[in-house]
Amino acid sequence: MEEEKFEPKIAAFVCNWCTYTGADLAGTSRLKYPTNVKMIRVPCTGRIDPVFIIKAFEKGADGVLISGCHPNDCHYNTGNFHARRRWILFRQLLNFVGIDSTRLHFSWVSASEGKKFVDVVTEVINKVKEQGKFKKYEKINKEFAIHE
Amino acid sequence: MKVGYYPGCSLSGTGKEYDLSIRKVLEKLDVELAELNDWSCCGATSAHATNHFLSIGLSSLNLFQAQKQNLEELFAPCAACYNRMVVAKDELGKGTETAKKISALNNGESTAKVNIINIIQLFEKAGLENISAKTKMNLKGIKAACYYGCLLVRPFSITKFDDAEQPVAMEKIISAVGAEPVDWNYKVECCGGAHSIAHKEIVVDLSKKIIDDAVKHGANVIIVACPMCHSNLDMRQRAMKDTAAIPVLYLSEFVGLALGIDSKELGMNLHFTSTEPILEKVLVKE
Amino acid sequence: MRIGVFVCQCGENIGRTVDCPAVAEAAGRFPGVAYSVEYKYMCSDPGQNLIKNMIKEKNLDAIVVGSCSPHMHEKTFRKAALDAGVNPFLCEIANLREHCSWVHEDIVDATKKAIDLVRIAVEKVKKNTPLTPIRVPVTKRSLVIGGGISGIQAALDIANAGFECVLVEKEPSIGGHMSQLSETFPTLDCSQCILTPRMVEVYQHPKIKLLTYSEVENVEGFIGNFKVTIRKKARSIDESKCTGCGLCVQKCPIKKKAYNEFEENLAHRPAVYVPFPQAVPNIPVIDRTVCTYYQTGKCQMCVKVCGREAIFFEQQDEMITEEVGSIVVATGYKLYSIDKKPEESEIKGYGEYGYGKYKDVIDGLQFERIASASGPTSGEILRPSDNKVPKKIVFIQCVGSRDESKGFSYCSKICCMYTAKHAMLYKHKVHDGEAYVFYMDIRAGGKGYDEFVRRAIEEDHVKYIRGRVSRIYEEDGKYIVRGEDTIAGKPITIDADLVVLATAMIAQPNAVKLAQTIGMSYDKYGFYNEAHPKLRPVEVSTAGVFLAGACQSPKDIPESVAMASAAASKSLVLFGSDFLEREPTVAKVNESVCAGCFYCQKVCAYNAIEKKEIKDRKGNLVKVIAYVNSGLCQGFGTCNAVCPSKSVELIGFNDEQIYAEINAL
Repeated sequence: MEEEKFEPKIAAFVCNWCTYTGADLAGTSRLKYPTNVKMIRVPCTGRIDPVFIIKAFEKGADGVLISGCHPNDCHYNTGNFHARRRWILFRQLLNFVGIDSTRLHFSWVSASEGKKFVDVVTEVINKVKEQGKFKKYEKINKEFAIHE
Repeated sequence: MKVGYYPGCSLSGTGKEYDLSIRKVLEKLDVELAELNDWSCCGATSAHATNHFLSIGLSSLNLFQAQKQNLEELFAPCAACYNRMVVAKDELGKGTETAKKISALNNGESTAKVNIINIIQLFEKAGLENISAKTKMNLKGIKAACYYGCLLVRPFSITKFDDAEQPVAMEKIISAVGAEPVDWNYKVECCGGAHSIAHKEIVVDLSKKIIDDAVKHGANVIIVACPMCHSNLDMRQRAMKDTAAIPVLYLSEFVGLALGIDSKELGMNLHFTSTEPILEKVLVKE
Repeated sequence: MRIGVFVCQCGENIGRTVDCPAVAEAAGRFPGVAYSVEYKYMCSDPGQNLIKNMIKEKNLDAIVVGSCSPHMHEKTFRKAALDAGVNPFLCEIANLREHCSWVHEDIVDATKKAIDLVRIAVEKVKKNTPLTPIRVPVTKRSLVIGGGISGIQAALDIANAGFECVLVEKEPSIGGHMSQLSETFPTLDCSQCILTPRMVEVYQHPKIKLLTYSEVENVEGFIGNFKVTIRKKARSIDESKCTGCGLCVQKCPIKKKAYNEFEENLAHRPAVYVPFPQAVPNIPVIDRTVCTYYQTGKCQMCVKVCGREAIFFEQQDEMITEEVGSIVVATGYKLYSIDKKPEESEIKGYGEYGYGKYKDVIDGLQFERIASASGPTSGEILRPSDNKVPKKIVFIQCVGSRDESKGFSYCSKICCMYTAKHAMLYKHKVHDGEAYVFYMDIRAGGKGYDEFVRRAIEEDHVKYIRGRVSRIYEEDGKYIVRGEDTIAGKPITIDADLVVLATAMIAQPNAVKLAQTIGMSYDKYGFYNEAHPKLRPVEVSTAGVFLAGACQSPKDIPESVAMASAAASKSLVLFGSDFLEREPTVAKVNESVCAGCFYCQKVCAYNAIEKKEIKDRKGNLVKVIAYVNSGLCQGFGTCNAVCPSKSVELIGFNDEQIYAEINAL
């Protein structure tokens, strides 16, 4: 019963120039997607520290989406390349840390791809729904009674 | 120096004199030939034209065999064999679907390390200075048109040998033995190749253009490095109208003459077009 | 902190799917929120006044506006905050329209999300600090690199607007490739006739400092404040004494040793030379590689004939430093050339065309010189090998262009037009001659361009053959051109007297080096990249640097001139104010924590990270740490992400601020 009601929390880290604007376009075009995703705007995917992602999972996210400009389209020329290189490595570390790396999603969504943004978000939400709630941190938080 | 030797089918048939002259000349140049054991067809002509898998697979067999014999270098005198082998090596290296299929049929063998060389590269390895030093005859009066044909230098991205359009490697060998190479236009044109059997008229037409251009630029001999080219240029001269007879020599025969080897030992009596005019110009060094 | 939350209904745009009163009500209960309200149109004057009044009335020191995308009205609300005495960077936007009401349908879910979005913004604003825009002074001078038509146009525009301009040209004279052209398409007016007055104008302009035979060695600084080092190569002539009488050039006994570069190696020039008669400045240069004096110490003929004692053998290269506020890069192109010296030829893929081997297989610029009235043949069409009039001429387009296997995949754009021009000029001069053009497609987009090509075909009877040429060889003084006529579907052979290859336009050989000096990005061919292909075509990603002409991609003259004027006006926009204001969201180094690993330096795309020495009171070096040049920093924050000790922070998006947002998710 509980499984059916499960609505995942998705944290999306998006760059200001491409994906955030692409999401704006999705809005302007009145496209629809579920409310599960919340966006955190950064200037560039290059700004995203891997710890942000772990932090998001720790704070109850069931899935994380990272999206920026397409390769070669970066507003800052190279930021997304740095990010890409970082994620290739980080993905492997994620499993080691104890987080299922398939809960972390990457994509390139340009400012003109409102439709793609909706498709990506919907796909991520559906996938995380299938995977169910991310419980590991909840357990740790309980055991060690971490209080803010 | 010791190199692997892949004679190919022509060298025991129409190109017999090529084989004879190669063995004689290399003996003089202290190059030892280790014939590939149990060699098979290289996959040229019919296989090449009809079945890509066979054309790569057959050559791959020979390359794997060379590996078994621990050969670092494999000398393929025939331009077609040379071409097939470098192409096969390239395809194996790229790991294409064909290469995977071949590998599956050969106990997982998938790479060819052996370096495939043609006759020009072999002479380069033997050393042009070495050849020059061993030259016994005076070839000063000989003007040679070096004919590369299509398979020796193409496709350039794979052979990576000399230049696809303006090759000069053979000319350097001709100069090294004291003859004069001529500058001409048809050195990389097609001779008609295997159409010789089914469409003789095409070959006669194409080969005639090559011979006419060589003669026009003052050549008194055409030098080739391929048994197919040789048979077309040599044998088909009889069918050409209004074409001056000109001897067509293998590069190894020509070098052999320079080294003072008897023309009969080089197999030069086996040609269709008489080689006498060129033999007359071979003088003893004073 | 006393935070005010202002929820906008945006008419019905937000209000229809988000229960705005509920959002405002919920926000009012967030810790730190002192006041919250909803209103129909927050961006309207009454809406803004509501914000301003409440800031004062409720003594707010930060605000969150739940409205449309920050890309729409962030500026509006920041300004409202500023007007009411709150630092604009203490205003955050929660995107309730594009990211919520417009994309969701269920009012309950959407309201829940809207509350979350406002909470995230509230948590972020708590970590914000007041910031002031960075002010950078502007040096109102410009540097133009390259003295071709683009550089000339840019320099004149800047100078005519009343600002000083330094024009640097690597050759002894300005004029560039345009000065080599015979006539120009599509009007067939004489290239030098329209160019030379401009060159003279540059020379005489009081605001232009002309540095010929000079090259940019180093560029430091940032927008508004560049410091440029220029190497002024030794001419071996004292410029202040030379009158340009040309006696030394006439009397120089070295006549045949050096090819004349201006004549595209179709002629020779003396060791002391002026590139062409209309050169600006009209001051010769001594080519030290061929001059007898530099080889043996003898000759000195030029010294003997010079009445002004202007020959200066011992002259050294001079380093000049210029301070400028903007840089216009107009370095132009190079033709993928068929050199008279085959070993220096760049065309490696076209052996079948007999490059370097046949004297009468020439390239487009060589034909320009042959057709030019001031060229080596005085404008008579004569072929280089025997100076005979060619009766049959073949033009081959796309040699190197649009050819991925042998050349470059791009289209050189101007070849279709200049080939039509060449064929026309030929037909106008050799009436009984035949002209053939091998083409792939005819690309004649432009005012009067297609008409021009049609004229070549219909009025001048130039024979256009669609197809490629496979081979050219010489036979009895003729060049046998073998190709394919793909429309007729037949091979074709033409026995030509002269063959002209329309070779590709390529980047200058030292283009990449200059790009690295200035900090510009370039494509795989060495052409400079514009900041945005549509909306910022003359800017590069480094602020204050602008592009003009063919250094960006192949271009014809009108396009180059238009781009040059655009680059000049971009410079003038910069010079319109004394100070530059920049967003203060740049990186900053915490000097006490930085260990000086300089990983940040490696990832910075703008060379904004510099080294700073920390010394103790006695002046001993304590450590070397990173320092952010806020003039160069564009604030993309990769340095912050990679810093192992987290001692670089991106102001406005620092770790604390983002963690606050994550915590509020």
